[in-house]
Amino acid sequence: MTSMNQNIIFQRANKIGGDLGTPKPLQIGLPVTLSIDGNEVTVAPGSSVMRAAAMAGCSVPKLCATDSLDAFGSCRVCLVEIEGRRGYPASCTTPVETGMVVKTQSEKLHKLRRNVVELYLSDHPTDCQPTGECELHDLAATLGVSQIRYGKTGDNHLESAKDESNPYFTFDPASCIVCYRCVRACNDIQGTFALTVDGRGFESKITAGQSQDFMDSECVSCGACVNACPTTALTEKSVLELGQPERSVTTTCAYCGVGCSFHAEIKPNEAGVDTVVRMTPDKQGLANEGHACIKGRFAYGYATHEDRIIKPMIRDNINDPWQEVSWNGAIQFAADRLRGIQAKYGPDSIGGITSSRCTNEETYLVQKMVRAAFGNNNVDTCARVCHSPTGYGLKTTLGESAGTQAFNSVAKSDVIMVMGANPTDAHPVFASRMKRRLREGAKLIVVDPRRIELVSGAHVKATHHLSLRPGGNVAFINAMAHVIVSEGLEAKDFIAGRCEDEAYQKWRKFILREDNSPEITERSTGIPANDLRAAARLFAAGPNSAIYYGLGVSEHSQGSTTVMGIANLAMLTGNLGREGVGVNPLRGQNNVQGSCDMGSFPHELPGYRHVSDPAVRALFEGEWKVHLQSEPGLRIPNMFDASISGRFRGLYCQGEDVAQSDPNTQHVEHALRSLDCLIVQDIFLNETARFAHVFLPGTSFLEKDGTFTNAERRISPVRKAIAPLPGYADWEVTQLLSNAMGYPMNYSHPSEIMDEIARLTPTFTGVSYEKLDRLGSIQWPCNDAAPEGTPTMHIDEFVRGKGYFAITGFVPTDERTTRRYPLLLTTGRILSQYNVGAQTRRTANSEFYSEDVLELHPFDAEERGINAGDWCGISSRAGETVLRAVITDRVQPGVVYTTFHFPFSGANVITTDNSDWATNCPEYKVTAVQVMRVTEQSEWQKEYRVFAGKQEELLDQARV
Amino acid sequence: MSVRIFIPQDTTACALGANQLVLAIEAEAERRNIELEIVRNGSRGAFWLEPLVEAEWEGKRYAFGPVTANDVQALFDGGFPGETQHALSLGLTEEIPWLKNQQRLTFERAGLGDPLSIEHYQLLGGFEGLRKALELEPQAIVDSVKESGLRGRGGAAFPTGIKWQTVLDTAGQQKYIVCNADEGDSGTFADRLLMEADPYQLIEGMAIAAVAVGANEGYIYLRSEYPVAKKILQQAIVEAEAANWLGKDIQGSGKDFQLHLRIGAGAYICGEETSLLDSLEGKRGLVRFKPPLPAIEGLMGKPTVVNNVLSFAAVTTVLARGAEYYKDFGTGRSRGTLTLQLAGNIKRGGLVELAFGHTLRELVEDYGGGTATGRPMRAIQVGGPLGAYLPAPQWDVKLDYEALAEIKAMLGHGGIVVFDDGVDMAQQARFAMEFCAIESCGKCTPCRIGSVRGVEVIDLIIANDNRAANRDLLEELCETMEHGSLCAMGGLTPMPVRSAMRHFSKDFER
Repeated sequence: MTSMNQNIIFQRANKIGGDLGTPKPLQIGLPVTLSIDGNEVTVAPGSSVMRAAAMAGCSVPKLCATDSLDAFGSCRVCLVEIEGRRGYPASCTTPVETGMVVKTQSEKLHKLRRNVVELYLSDHPTDCQPTGECELHDLAATLGVSQIRYGKTGDNHLESAKDESNPYFTFDPASCIVCYRCVRACNDIQGTFALTVDGRGFESKITAGQSQDFMDSECVSCGACVNACPTTALTEKSVLELGQPERSVTTTCAYCGVGCSFHAEIKPNEAGVDTVVRMTPDKQGLANEGHACIKGRFAYGYATHEDRIIKPMIRDNINDPWQEVSWNGAIQFAADRLRGIQAKYGPDSIGGITSSRCTNEETYLVQKMVRAAFGNNNVDTCARVCHSPTGYGLKTTLGESAGTQAFNSVAKSDVIMVMGANPTDAHPVFASRMKRRLREGAKLIVVDPRRIELVSGAHVKATHHLSLRPGGNVAFINAMAHVIVSEGLEAKDFIAGRCEDEAYQKWRKFILREDNSPEITERSTGIPANDLRAAARLFAAGPNSAIYYGLGVSEHSQGSTTVMGIANLAMLTGNLGREGVGVNPLRGQNNVQGSCDMGSFPHELPGYRHVSDPAVRALFEGEWKVHLQSEPGLRIPNMFDASISGRFRGLYCQGEDVAQSDPNTQHVEHALRSLDCLIVQDIFLNETARFAHVFLPGTSFLEKDGTFTNAERRISPVRKAIAPLPGYADWEVTQLLSNAMGYPMNYSHPSEIMDEIARLTPTFTGVSYEKLDRLGSIQWPCNDAAPEGTPTMHIDEFVRGKGYFAITGFVPTDERTTRRYPLLLTTGRILSQYNVGAQTRRTANSEFYSEDVLELHPFDAEERGINAGDWCGISSRAGETVLRAVITDRVQPGVVYTTFHFPFSGANVITTDNSDWATNCPEYKVTAVQVMRVTEQSEWQKEYRVFAGKQEELLDQARV
Repeated sequence: MSVRIFIPQDTTACALGANQLVLAIEAEAERRNIELEIVRNGSRGAFWLEPLVEAEWEGKRYAFGPVTANDVQALFDGGFPGETQHALSLGLTEEIPWLKNQQRLTFERAGLGDPLSIEHYQLLGGFEGLRKALELEPQAIVDSVKESGLRGRGGAAFPTGIKWQTVLDTAGQQKYIVCNADEGDSGTFADRLLMEADPYQLIEGMAIAAVAVGANEGYIYLRSEYPVAKKILQQAIVEAEAANWLGKDIQGSGKDFQLHLRIGAGAYICGEETSLLDSLEGKRGLVRFKPPLPAIEGLMGKPTVVNNVLSFAAVTTVLARGAEYYKDFGTGRSRGTLTLQLAGNIKRGGLVELAFGHTLRELVEDYGGGTATGRPMRAIQVGGPLGAYLPAPQWDVKLDYEALAEIKAMLGHGGIVVFDDGVDMAQQARFAMEFCAIESCGKCTPCRIGSVRGVEVIDLIIANDNRAANRDLLEELCETMEHGSLCAMGGLTPMPVRSAMRHFSKDFER
């Protein structure tokens, strides 16, 4: 299997190489044939002459044009001659016509281009930034412009001050050619509208915000402008520091569930060790189409952060110092302990947790090890705490535990409902796509207790913001359906043709009940009935209505019910089975979908097949050559409970930080302290590792091969860009442990693991690394029926056959406000930080957001005498923590909000044990709390400080 | 019996003291117990006579001018407003040769009465064109405009009917009519004069366009430097709506046309139609590339007629009196009348409307009367700041689009600026580049950087610094700007520069 390791030929793919100058035309119709420099060229109608010429292999120079942006026509170096036309039309802005005769080269054109370039150079530094790339200088060289007859003493911008405020890139106005590429990228691709041009004529100057520096402006550091810049005016600081990369590896981002494709651009450092110079978004990547966000584009420095632990460590007791040992020593220690526990407490006394951050292959291997080597089904994944209700709800109603669309489906949506998701912060690259569609005129319904950016952003405004009270999701979704059914707006043909009639009739009777009417649900949701009715009518009118949702849907005591309600709503309005519609869970982490697909749940083998099914077990037993248990194993919360009660004693935890991310921290800590053997495999000594006995150093996504599966079921390759720092990739470590436990694994490359997955999983039958190399990425199901994958699911029929309308009765959560806890706390994310922050906190992203804060409404603040910046004590039934106050009407009165990116914040100290009735997904989104002004940290925070400090010392001792 | 006195409220007349004059005449009349009715009319365009006071008795109007407040007492002493031999008396207004010899169609009503009197407008044939248009099929209206041979009076001279046809033929629920009233060319004032003297004619023309192409909404984009026109247009729109010549169901036809006035922000480039559209949309005034033509993707991306004030105005004549009538004026492919604006160093400045085909010399000598300084004329810039400087041998050129193009000049919006022999043409060439540098939108490189370099190179030529090489460089720069610029701003800036170099070469060799 060499194809994965092959060096991808390095080209500046996003800058010059392969750039056709103008985007693929949207127009449909008969192809157009024209003549360019004597060659017949046939192209799509609506193509520019520039694009046609590029496709014909004629090189027309360009500076302001790039195929990721609409033509602009400002630089005037792409002028051509067209027979029968006056003057010299710009090829970027001239559409092709049948029979057109174009000349791209002539003496006259050459002279014109040289003279324009000479004008540019008269106000451009002779050598720009020495390590950057400059298309202007490249073009000057191509055209042979060496002399600037105007001299450089005329009016110029050469002494302009640089803006170095952003931690990741600089803006040097002296090198700027005012081509507006950055402005257009910010507007059209990112949709933030942070950049503009100030002044007119020669005074024109790119400016961020209201003549602010980049850092103080609305700029979100997505890097689109840097990518678009043809000169060195906008350049990554890393390039200025390290110089131009020498090779590039196409891989997949390890942050959110969008799963952007990137080029990791690399060069050896002074010591000859390969170093990532920068990450540039891949234009061919179908998840992101050349766009990126601050995390994927810039926040990769954690991979080589000094906190990385690259040597295995062990200790007897968590109060002992860590001891660095060899890989063999660590693995043997771990295996002996696990086997020892099993000998003493039975085979079911140990288990493992897979990670949604690791690759499919690694996840698969961990669950295989648990099932085959540990001999039980005690495997669960962090998806338990985020999207397990999605899996359950969609499987029940539609038949498959996955989103129904490709991301680009949104380009065909007319009505978009965003529920319990904050895409501009948590899924920024997808949010940009969505915003583009909204700017084109699609209507938006936002269902969120908080006024997220989409409600009213730059050139984007929600038609309805239904500001519901946390906990009212099911009542809301039922009321939507109630309005549609009671007003006769349902898609009768779709329901009759595609859904189970008996279930539908039952459901119909249920939904028409008075208590599902918006007038009644208003009491639980806080959404005015009229607003909800209007939104329901808009959604039903479509014609293409799509639902995007996030953890605000799943992380509730009735998370699974809401997911089923969403699927019901989509079926009810016929919004499934084509582009522009669908049910779209936005996954929090890079491989949530994949970790679920790979059989990480205690009751399911890969491909969502229940362990109790003898035929399925037989298939795996045949391949794995072991006997498999037929009873489901422990879920994560059960593991914790069993640990506290002494029945569960050993845990292998790969790439997840349960101590920070799981609810009711004190309970989790108690459980972890109770274990006899905790093995943590991670790149950092994370919060969980402070309770561990064995630390196995993990590898970042840059150091290994594998695949991630994003929120649209897209399997994308992860390719090794630099050597694994600890020596082994994570899949190799799991394999070592399994072998040490006596269950042999002999994979020589992750591709072999994928081949095994394909052999055993019907939806993956057609997946192979060879095909991934060829196609770039594949959306499962990929099998004989769909050899190149499946962008849109459920086209003619649902995976389960007929769609199932599940009854979704509203049961209010136990977690409700009382006099003692009168406020509802809900949690979310911020753009610059990711999840528990282990990665982003170790980058300059912390310059954008350096602590979790508590947002509260001015009413609630005033009532409590809290001012902006005050310390607030937040107490719940589970615990207490202290955060700084931010007073804002983004949140509604009675609701407070925070993020959980920093461990010291202890956001999960307050969240409770409440969880989804079907899947145990914790109810992170609703906690009844009281907030009070305080002057010191909480008890937990003080203890945390002491404990964390102690563990740092124990780590330092290992390093000495 | 009270006598009616006409004193223009036009910007030029006011700049020359018309408002003070009104006060002085009122005071003097009161002192003398003479009953007067003062009408603030529009200007007739004879700026050299402004403030031009007219007294009406026995149905005839007698002119006096230019009158200042200081002249009032003497004027009354001489018998004003009755018959008088005062030196400022000009006799019957309609007999003043400067006015009488003109061939006025568009400016026929200018200065006759209160510009905001809709009755007066209708009494003089106003809204006849629109009335006819409302009875015609859209295609018939467009045919009529095509047949008239009318070409855009803003400067580009594109056939108006063909533009309308494109908008008519482009499918679209929403179409717009946009009037370019951002009259920025130095030495031009015809648009302003029309809007101040006869605003309903513009409204009528735009409404005809709306009916012709199926638009129901229109915008007048007026430059901020025209506050009087702004006030008059605002009121005229209100009056026209009240009289149901605008708004819903115009005159019971079932056709709607909502007209809005928008004020520019002082950028010359927003007189370029695509920048104008960007500015109207609330964006920076930045030139768009064409295609797509505004007729297909214009305001808010919708099919849009963008025409100059005078083009819309001319359409009312075409509709009211027929295409044949309009077409009978003019010569060759330049049909109808041409509105010339005499400015600069000229004795008798003002607005002259004539059929195409008169010579430039007739205009500057017969109408203009030579320079104001009395020195010999040396150069005439025709067509605004981007027009060519013509030397004496070219003054016999016929004023039509083709004849001027033949001598590498252009008619533009009809601005004519005269210079006497004291002019330094190298400085004028420099000014052309400087104007471009100041007014460039900054989008395209030849204009944005080229104009700045142009000023610098001309300075070097003037300073005799490497003169021959720099003249060659300037020529190449002109070529780059002409062929490489995105719009006419950069593309035409070389015209005055080159004409100055070509015809007044020695000014560059001092």
